[in-house]
Amino acid sequence: MTELVEPAAAQRWCDRCGEPADTGAHAACQAARELEPPRYCTHCRRRMKVQVVPTGWSAVCVEHGESRG
Amino acid sequence: MPEILDQARTQVLDNGVGLDEAGVLAVLNLPDEHLPAALQLAHEVRMRWCGPEVEVEGIVSLKTGGCPEDCHFCSQSGLFTSPVRSVWLDIPALVEAAKQTAATGATEFCIVAAVRGPDARLMKQMREGVAAIKAEVDIQVAASLGMLTKEQVDELVEMGVHRYNHNLETCRSYFPNVVTTHSWEERWETLKMVRESGMEVCCGGILGLGESVEQRAEFAAQLAELDPHEVPLNFLNPRPGTPLGDRPVVEGKDALRAIAAFRLAMPRTILRYAGGREITLGDLGTRDGLLGGINAVIVGNYLTTLGRPATDDLKLLDDLKMPMKALSATL
Ligand code: SF4
Ligand SMILES: [Zn+2]
Ligand SMILES: [Zn+2]
Repeated sequence: MTELVEPAAAQRWCDRCGEPADTGAHAACQAARELEPPRYCTHCRRRMKVQVVPTGWSAVCVEHGESRG
Repeated sequence: MPEILDQARTQVLDNGVGLDEAGVLAVLNLPDEHLPAALQLAHEVRMRWCGPEVEVEGIVSLKTGGCPEDCHFCSQSGLFTSPVRSVWLDIPALVEAAKQTAATGATEFCIVAAVRGPDARLMKQMREGVAAIKAEVDIQVAASLGMLTKEQVDELVEMGVHRYNHNLETCRSYFPNVVTTHSWEERWETLKMVRESGMEVCCGGILGLGESVEQRAEFAAQLAELDPHEVPLNFLNPRPGTPLGDRPVVEGKDALRAIAAFRLAMPRTILRYAGGREITLGDLGTRDGLLGGINAVIVGNYLTTLGRPATDDLKLLDDLKMPMKALSATL
Protein backbone atom coordinates (compact mmCIF):
# COMPACT_ATOMS: atom_id res chain seq x y z
CA MET A 1 0.00 0.00 0.00
CA THR A 2 1.21 3.48 -0.67
CA GLU A 3 0.89 5.97 2.12
CA LEU A 4 -2.44 7.69 2.34
CA VAL A 5 -2.75 11.44 2.16
CA GLU A 6 -5.94 11.37 4.21
CA PRO A 7 -6.02 8.43 6.58
CA ALA A 8 -9.41 9.59 7.84
CA ALA A 9 -10.86 8.74 4.46
CA ALA A 10 -9.96 5.06 4.84
CA GLN A 11 -12.57 2.37 4.11
CA ARG A 12 -15.24 4.68 2.77
CA TRP A 13 -16.27 2.28 0.04
CA CYS A 14 -16.81 -1.47 -0.12
CA ASP A 15 -13.95 -2.96 -2.13
CA ARG A 16 -16.24 -5.54 -3.73
CA CYS A 17 -19.45 -3.74 -4.71
CA GLY A 18 -18.23 -0.14 -4.64
CA GLU A 19 -21.14 1.08 -2.49
CA PRO A 20 -20.65 3.17 0.68
CA ALA A 21 -19.05 0.94 3.31
CA ASP A 22 -21.09 2.31 6.18
CA THR A 23 -24.52 1.84 4.63
CA GLY A 24 -26.17 -1.30 3.32
CA ALA A 25 -25.14 -4.86 4.00
CA HIS A 26 -21.72 -6.00 2.92
CA ALA A 27 -21.60 -9.33 4.75
CA ALA A 28 -22.08 -11.15 1.44
CA CYS A 29 -19.33 -9.00 -0.09
CA GLN A 30 -17.00 -9.87 2.74
CA ALA A 31 -17.75 -13.58 2.36
CA ALA A 32 -17.24 -13.39 -1.41
CA ARG A 33 -13.92 -11.59 -0.93
CA GLU A 34 -12.43 -14.81 0.48
CA LEU A 35 -12.36 -16.03 -3.12
CA GLU A 36 -12.09 -12.73 -4.98
CA PRO A 37 -9.60 -9.89 -5.14
CA PRO A 38 -10.84 -6.36 -4.38
CA ARG A 39 -12.26 -4.42 -7.33
CA TYR A 40 -12.93 -0.90 -5.95
CA CYS A 41 -10.57 1.38 -4.10
CA THR A 42 -11.89 1.74 -0.55
CA HIS A 43 -10.67 5.34 -0.41
CA CYS A 44 -12.03 6.80 -3.63
CA ARG A 45 -14.32 4.14 -5.19
CA ARG A 46 -12.30 4.03 -8.42
CA ARG A 47 -12.33 0.67 -10.19
CA MET A 48 -8.83 -0.69 -9.75
CA LYS A 49 -6.59 -2.46 -12.27
CA VAL A 50 -6.46 -5.94 -10.82
CA GLN A 51 -4.10 -8.69 -11.88
CA VAL A 52 -4.65 -12.20 -10.52
CA VAL A 53 -1.74 -14.67 -10.71
CA PRO A 54 -1.68 -18.30 -9.49
CA THR A 55 -0.39 -17.40 -6.04
CA GLY A 56 -1.78 -13.93 -5.42
CA TRP A 57 -3.18 -10.70 -6.80
CA SER A 58 -2.36 -7.03 -7.08
CA ALA A 59 -4.79 -4.12 -7.34
CA VAL A 60 -3.81 -0.63 -8.41
CA CYS A 61 -5.73 2.60 -7.87
CA VAL A 62 -4.26 5.43 -9.95
CA GLU A 63 -4.68 7.75 -6.97
CA HIS A 64 -4.02 5.52 -3.96
CA GLY A 65 -1.46 3.05 -5.23
CA GLU A 66 -1.13 -0.70 -5.11
CA SER A 67 -2.34 -3.32 -2.67
CA ARG A 68 -1.47 -7.02 -2.83
CA GLY A 69 -2.79 -10.25 -1.47
CA MET B 1 -28.11 -51.27 -8.84
CA PRO B 2 -29.80 -49.06 -11.50
CA GLU B 3 -29.69 -50.56 -14.97
CA ILE B 4 -27.64 -47.71 -16.40
CA LEU B 5 -24.80 -48.38 -13.96
CA ASP B 6 -24.84 -52.09 -14.79
CA GLN B 7 -24.68 -51.20 -18.45
CA ALA B 8 -21.87 -48.71 -17.84
CA ARG B 9 -19.87 -51.27 -15.89
CA THR B 10 -19.65 -53.52 -18.93
CA GLN B 11 -19.62 -50.93 -21.67
CA VAL B 12 -17.40 -48.26 -20.14
CA LEU B 13 -15.34 -49.96 -17.46
CA ASP B 14 -14.70 -53.26 -19.22
CA ASN B 15 -14.75 -52.14 -22.85
CA GLY B 16 -13.74 -48.48 -22.68
CA VAL B 17 -16.70 -47.29 -24.72
CA GLY B 18 -18.30 -44.10 -23.38
CA LEU B 19 -22.01 -43.73 -22.67
CA ASP B 20 -24.11 -42.04 -25.34
CA GLU B 21 -26.42 -39.07 -24.72
CA ALA B 22 -29.28 -41.22 -23.40
CA GLY B 23 -26.93 -43.03 -21.05
CA VAL B 24 -25.47 -39.77 -19.75
CA LEU B 25 -28.98 -38.44 -19.18
CA ALA B 26 -29.88 -41.57 -17.19
CA VAL B 27 -26.84 -40.97 -14.95
CA LEU B 28 -27.71 -37.28 -14.54
CA ASN B 29 -31.20 -38.33 -13.46
CA LEU B 30 -30.08 -40.92 -10.91
CA PRO B 31 -31.69 -40.41 -7.51
CA ASP B 32 -29.42 -39.30 -4.66
CA GLU B 33 -29.18 -42.76 -3.14
CA HIS B 34 -27.39 -44.05 -6.24
CA LEU B 35 -24.95 -41.15 -6.51
CA PRO B 36 -22.22 -42.87 -4.44
CA ALA B 37 -22.38 -45.92 -6.74
CA ALA B 38 -22.17 -43.70 -9.83
CA LEU B 39 -19.14 -41.86 -8.43
CA GLN B 40 -17.47 -45.13 -7.45
CA LEU B 41 -17.94 -46.52 -10.95
CA ALA B 42 -16.67 -43.31 -12.54
CA HIS B 43 -13.61 -43.53 -10.29
CA GLU B 44 -12.97 -47.13 -11.35
CA VAL B 45 -13.30 -46.09 -14.99
CA ARG B 46 -10.80 -43.29 -14.50
CA MET B 47 -8.34 -45.61 -12.70
CA ARG B 48 -8.69 -48.27 -15.38
CA TRP B 49 -8.44 -46.05 -18.47
CA CYS B 50 -6.34 -43.12 -17.22
CA GLY B 51 -4.51 -44.41 -14.16
CA PRO B 52 -4.01 -42.88 -10.72
CA GLU B 53 -1.95 -39.84 -11.81
CA VAL B 54 -3.46 -36.40 -11.49
CA GLU B 55 -2.46 -33.66 -13.92
CA VAL B 56 -1.88 -30.39 -12.13
CA GLU B 57 -2.10 -27.07 -13.94
CA GLY B 58 -1.80 -23.39 -13.19
CA ILE B 59 -3.46 -20.70 -15.31
CA VAL B 60 -2.84 -17.02 -15.75
CA SER B 61 -4.50 -14.19 -17.57
CA LEU B 62 -2.15 -12.47 -20.01
CA LYS B 63 -4.80 -9.97 -21.04
CA THR B 64 -7.70 -9.42 -18.69
CA GLY B 65 -11.07 -7.77 -19.36
CA GLY B 66 -12.33 -5.55 -22.17
CA CYS B 67 -13.39 -8.48 -24.36
CA PRO B 68 -15.73 -7.54 -27.23
CA GLU B 69 -17.73 -10.79 -26.91
CA ASP B 70 -20.85 -11.21 -24.78
CA CYS B 71 -20.57 -14.61 -23.08
CA HIS B 72 -23.24 -14.03 -20.45
CA PHE B 73 -21.30 -15.65 -17.61
CA CYS B 74 -18.10 -13.70 -18.14
CA SER B 75 -16.90 -10.80 -16.02
CA GLN B 76 -14.29 -10.00 -18.67
CA SER B 77 -16.73 -8.98 -21.36
CA GLY B 78 -16.47 -5.26 -22.03
CA LEU B 79 -20.19 -5.19 -22.82
CA PHE B 80 -21.41 -5.60 -19.22
CA THR B 81 -21.07 -3.34 -16.20
CA SER B 82 -18.62 -5.70 -14.53
CA PRO B 83 -16.02 -4.16 -12.22
CA VAL B 84 -13.21 -6.03 -14.00
CA ARG B 85 -10.91 -3.57 -15.77
CA SER B 86 -8.71 -4.24 -18.74
CA VAL B 87 -5.10 -5.04 -17.85
CA TRP B 88 -2.09 -6.75 -19.46
CA LEU B 89 0.45 -8.89 -17.67
CA ASP B 90 4.07 -8.08 -18.55
CA ILE B 91 6.56 -10.77 -19.50
CA PRO B 92 8.61 -10.83 -16.28
CA ALA B 93 5.38 -11.30 -14.31
CA LEU B 94 4.27 -14.03 -16.73
CA VAL B 95 7.54 -15.90 -16.28
CA GLU B 96 7.26 -15.47 -12.51
CA ALA B 97 3.73 -16.95 -12.59
CA ALA B 98 5.05 -19.92 -14.58
CA LYS B 99 7.84 -20.39 -12.03
CA GLN B 100 5.39 -20.31 -9.13
CA THR B 101 3.21 -22.83 -10.92
CA ALA B 102 6.15 -25.14 -11.63
CA ALA B 103 7.21 -24.89 -7.99
CA THR B 104 3.98 -26.64 -6.97
CA GLY B 105 4.99 -29.60 -9.13
CA ALA B 106 2.44 -28.72 -11.81
CA THR B 107 3.27 -29.82 -15.35
CA GLU B 108 0.91 -27.49 -17.20
CA PHE B 109 0.82 -23.73 -17.46
CA CYS B 110 -1.99 -22.22 -19.48
CA ILE B 111 -1.80 -18.65 -20.75
CA VAL B 112 -5.23 -17.12 -21.28
CA ALA B 113 -6.39 -13.91 -22.93
CA ALA B 114 -9.84 -12.31 -22.90
CA VAL B 115 -10.25 -11.76 -26.62
CA ARG B 116 -12.43 -12.86 -29.52
CA GLY B 117 -9.24 -14.02 -31.15
CA PRO B 118 -5.61 -12.86 -31.03
CA ASP B 119 -4.40 -9.71 -32.80
CA ALA B 120 -0.80 -8.97 -33.78
CA ARG B 121 -0.01 -7.44 -30.37
CA LEU B 122 -1.22 -10.52 -28.51
CA MET B 123 0.62 -12.92 -30.81
CA LYS B 124 3.81 -10.91 -30.28
CA GLN B 125 3.34 -10.99 -26.50
CA MET B 126 2.76 -14.75 -26.74
CA ARG B 127 5.85 -15.31 -28.85
CA GLU B 128 8.03 -13.43 -26.38
CA GLY B 129 6.29 -14.83 -23.33
CA VAL B 130 6.40 -18.49 -24.37
CA ALA B 131 10.06 -18.18 -25.38
CA ALA B 132 10.92 -16.58 -22.03
CA ILE B 133 9.09 -19.31 -20.11
CA LYS B 134 10.74 -22.08 -22.12
CA ALA B 135 14.16 -20.56 -21.47
CA GLU B 136 13.68 -20.44 -17.71
CA VAL B 137 10.98 -22.86 -16.54
CA ASP B 138 10.45 -26.60 -16.88
CA ILE B 139 6.77 -26.74 -17.67
CA GLN B 140 4.46 -27.47 -20.58
CA VAL B 141 2.83 -24.37 -22.05
CA ALA B 142 -0.81 -24.32 -23.13
CA ALA B 143 -2.82 -21.38 -24.42
CA SER B 144 -6.38 -20.12 -24.60
CA LEU B 145 -6.72 -17.11 -26.87
CA GLY B 146 -10.16 -17.47 -28.41
CA MET B 147 -10.88 -18.20 -32.04
CA LEU B 148 -7.87 -18.69 -34.29
CA THR B 149 -6.98 -18.45 -37.95
CA LYS B 150 -5.04 -21.27 -39.54
CA GLU B 151 -1.93 -19.05 -39.57
CA GLN B 152 -2.27 -18.43 -35.85
CA VAL B 153 -2.68 -22.14 -35.18
CA ASP B 154 0.55 -22.79 -37.06
CA GLU B 155 2.32 -19.99 -35.22
CA LEU B 156 1.33 -21.39 -31.83
CA VAL B 157 2.62 -24.82 -32.85
CA GLU B 158 5.89 -23.19 -33.88
CA MET B 159 6.17 -21.44 -30.51
CA GLY B 160 5.93 -24.80 -28.81
CA VAL B 161 2.43 -24.44 -27.34
CA HIS B 162 1.47 -28.08 -26.86
CA ARG B 163 -2.22 -27.81 -25.99
CA TYR B 164 -4.91 -25.32 -26.91
CA ASN B 165 -7.97 -24.60 -24.81
CA HIS B 166 -11.14 -23.45 -26.46
CA ASN B 167 -14.31 -24.24 -24.56
CA LEU B 168 -17.60 -24.90 -26.29
CA GLU B 169 -19.02 -23.74 -22.91
CA THR B 170 -22.39 -25.45 -23.31
CA CYS B 171 -24.31 -27.65 -25.73
CA ARG B 172 -25.09 -26.52 -29.22
CA SER B 173 -28.83 -26.08 -28.58
CA TYR B 174 -28.31 -23.80 -25.57
CA PHE B 175 -25.30 -21.81 -26.81
CA PRO B 176 -27.35 -18.99 -28.43
CA ASN B 177 -28.88 -18.28 -25.00
CA VAL B 178 -25.40 -17.69 -23.59
CA VAL B 179 -23.44 -16.04 -26.41
CA THR B 180 -24.77 -13.94 -29.29
CA THR B 181 -21.59 -12.40 -30.71
CA HIS B 182 -20.29 -15.65 -32.21
CA SER B 183 -21.59 -19.14 -32.81
CA TRP B 184 -20.95 -22.60 -31.43
CA GLU B 185 -19.99 -23.61 -34.95
CA GLU B 186 -17.27 -20.94 -35.10
CA ARG B 187 -15.80 -22.39 -31.93
CA TRP B 188 -16.01 -25.88 -33.41
CA GLU B 189 -14.05 -24.63 -36.47
CA THR B 190 -11.16 -23.48 -34.30
CA LEU B 191 -11.17 -26.80 -32.45
CA LYS B 192 -10.98 -28.67 -35.75
CA MET B 193 -7.96 -26.64 -36.88
CA VAL B 194 -6.25 -27.18 -33.54
CA ARG B 195 -6.83 -30.92 -33.79
CA GLU B 196 -5.44 -31.03 -37.34
CA SER B 197 -2.33 -29.11 -36.28
CA GLY B 198 -1.28 -31.80 -33.86
CA MET B 199 -1.74 -29.64 -30.76
CA GLU B 200 -3.69 -31.33 -28.01
CA VAL B 201 -7.31 -30.21 -27.84
CA CYS B 202 -8.63 -28.96 -24.52
CA CYS B 203 -12.35 -28.27 -24.58
CA GLY B 204 -14.94 -28.11 -21.86
CA GLY B 205 -17.45 -25.72 -20.48
CA ILE B 206 -19.50 -24.42 -17.62
CA LEU B 207 -22.44 -26.09 -15.93
CA GLY B 208 -25.19 -24.05 -14.33
CA LEU B 209 -25.78 -21.52 -17.12
CA GLY B 210 -29.50 -22.31 -17.10
CA GLU B 211 -29.25 -25.36 -19.37
CA SER B 212 -31.63 -28.26 -18.73
CA VAL B 213 -30.47 -31.68 -17.58
CA GLU B 214 -31.17 -32.91 -21.11
CA GLN B 215 -28.90 -30.18 -22.45
CA ARG B 216 -26.17 -31.20 -20.03
CA ALA B 217 -26.38 -34.69 -21.51
CA GLU B 218 -26.35 -33.21 -25.00
CA PHE B 219 -23.19 -31.29 -24.11
CA ALA B 220 -21.43 -34.40 -22.80
CA ALA B 221 -22.29 -36.24 -26.02
CA GLN B 222 -21.02 -33.38 -28.18
CA LEU B 223 -17.76 -33.25 -26.25
CA ALA B 224 -17.40 -37.02 -26.57
CA GLU B 225 -17.82 -36.64 -30.32
CA LEU B 226 -15.03 -34.06 -30.37
CA ASP B 227 -12.93 -36.43 -28.23
CA PRO B 228 -10.69 -33.81 -26.61
CA HIS B 229 -7.47 -34.69 -24.85
CA GLU B 230 -8.72 -32.67 -21.89
CA VAL B 231 -12.13 -31.50 -20.66
CA PRO B 232 -12.13 -28.72 -18.06
CA LEU B 233 -15.37 -28.71 -16.12
CA ASN B 234 -16.39 -25.39 -14.59
CA PHE B 235 -19.38 -24.62 -12.43
CA LEU B 236 -20.93 -21.18 -12.75
CA ASN B 237 -19.63 -18.72 -10.21
CA PRO B 238 -22.18 -15.94 -10.83
CA ARG B 239 -20.27 -12.71 -11.45
CA PRO B 240 -21.66 -9.31 -10.46
CA GLY B 241 -22.76 -7.23 -13.42
CA THR B 242 -23.05 -10.12 -15.89
CA PRO B 243 -26.42 -11.29 -17.29
CA LEU B 244 -26.02 -14.51 -15.28
CA GLY B 245 -24.93 -12.68 -12.14
CA ASP B 246 -28.08 -13.65 -10.23
CA ARG B 247 -28.22 -17.32 -11.19
CA PRO B 248 -28.08 -19.84 -8.36
CA VAL B 249 -24.97 -21.99 -8.11
CA VAL B 250 -25.19 -25.64 -9.14
CA GLU B 251 -26.27 -27.93 -6.28
CA GLY B 252 -23.35 -29.96 -4.97
CA LYS B 253 -25.01 -33.28 -5.72
CA ASP B 254 -25.87 -32.22 -9.27
CA ALA B 255 -22.26 -31.18 -9.79
CA LEU B 256 -21.05 -34.59 -8.63
CA ARG B 257 -23.62 -36.37 -10.80
CA ALA B 258 -22.31 -34.38 -13.76
CA ILE B 259 -18.71 -35.31 -12.97
CA ALA B 260 -19.60 -39.01 -12.90
CA ALA B 261 -21.70 -38.72 -16.05
CA PHE B 262 -19.02 -36.84 -18.02
CA ARG B 263 -16.42 -39.43 -16.98
CA LEU B 264 -18.71 -42.24 -18.09
CA ALA B 265 -19.14 -40.47 -21.44
CA MET B 266 -15.39 -39.99 -21.89
CA PRO B 267 -13.43 -42.76 -20.17
CA ARG B 268 -9.98 -41.70 -21.44
CA THR B 269 -10.05 -37.92 -21.31
CA ILE B 270 -8.24 -35.76 -18.78
CA LEU B 271 -11.24 -34.51 -16.81
CA ARG B 272 -10.20 -31.38 -15.00
CA TYR B 273 -11.77 -29.59 -12.08
CA ALA B 274 -11.68 -25.97 -13.19
CA GLY B 275 -13.43 -22.87 -11.83
CA GLY B 276 -16.31 -22.76 -9.38
CA ARG B 277 -15.63 -25.96 -7.45
CA GLU B 278 -14.95 -24.04 -4.24
CA ILE B 279 -18.30 -22.24 -4.50
CA THR B 280 -20.39 -25.20 -5.63
CA LEU B 281 -18.86 -27.99 -3.60
CA GLY B 282 -16.84 -26.41 -0.82
CA ASP B 283 -13.65 -27.97 0.47
CA LEU B 284 -15.02 -31.50 0.63
CA GLY B 285 -16.12 -31.42 -2.99
CA THR B 286 -12.58 -31.56 -4.28
CA ARG B 287 -12.08 -34.92 -2.57
CA ASP B 288 -15.45 -36.26 -3.78
CA GLY B 289 -14.68 -35.25 -7.35
CA LEU B 290 -11.22 -36.81 -7.31
CA LEU B 291 -12.86 -40.00 -6.13
CA GLY B 292 -15.61 -39.72 -8.74
CA GLY B 293 -13.91 -39.40 -12.12
CA ILE B 294 -11.81 -36.23 -11.96
CA ASN B 295 -8.10 -36.72 -12.74
CA ALA B 296 -6.80 -33.17 -13.11
CA VAL B 297 -7.00 -29.93 -11.20
CA ILE B 298 -6.25 -26.26 -11.64
CA VAL B 299 -4.33 -25.22 -8.57
CA GLY B 300 -4.10 -21.77 -7.08
CA ASN B 301 -6.02 -18.82 -8.42
CA TYR B 302 -8.15 -18.55 -11.54
CA LEU B 303 -8.22 -15.68 -14.03
CA THR B 304 -10.23 -13.10 -12.10
CA THR B 305 -11.18 -15.04 -8.96
CA LEU B 306 -9.19 -16.86 -6.31
CA GLY B 307 -8.95 -20.60 -5.64
CA ARG B 308 -7.99 -22.54 -2.56
CA PRO B 309 -4.28 -22.55 -1.77
CA ALA B 310 -2.36 -24.99 -4.01
CA THR B 311 -0.93 -26.62 -0.89
CA ASP B 312 -4.43 -27.76 0.17
CA ASP B 313 -4.96 -29.56 -3.12
CA LEU B 314 -1.48 -31.08 -3.08
CA LYS B 315 -1.98 -32.36 0.46
CA LEU B 316 -5.29 -33.88 -0.60
CA LEU B 317 -3.62 -35.71 -3.50
CA ASP B 318 -1.09 -37.01 -1.03
CA ASP B 319 -3.83 -38.18 1.35
CA LEU B 320 -5.62 -39.91 -1.52
CA LYS B 321 -2.34 -41.50 -2.64
CA MET B 322 -2.81 -40.08 -6.11
CA PRO B 323 0.58 -39.15 -7.61
CA MET B 324 0.93 -35.94 -9.56
CA LYS B 325 1.66 -36.59 -13.21
CA ALA B 326 5.38 -36.03 -13.76
CA LEU B 327 6.75 -33.83 -16.52
CA SER B 328 8.59 -36.73 -18.11
CA ALA B 329 5.29 -38.56 -18.52
CA THR B 330 3.86 -35.69 -20.53
CA LEU B 331 6.75 -35.18 -22.94
S1 SF4 C 1 -14.71 -14.67 -25.37
FE1 SF4 C 1 -13.81 -15.33 -23.41
S2 SF4 C 1 -13.17 -13.44 -22.38
FE2 SF4 C 1 -14.55 -12.86 -24.04
S3 SF4 C 1 -16.56 -12.68 -23.06
FE3 SF4 C 1 -16.40 -14.77 -23.90
S4 SF4 C 1 -15.57 -16.02 -22.21
FE4 SF4 C 1 -15.24 -13.85 -21.67
ZN1 LIG D 1 -20.24 -4.46 -0.70
ZN1 LIG E 1 -8.26 5.19 -4.77
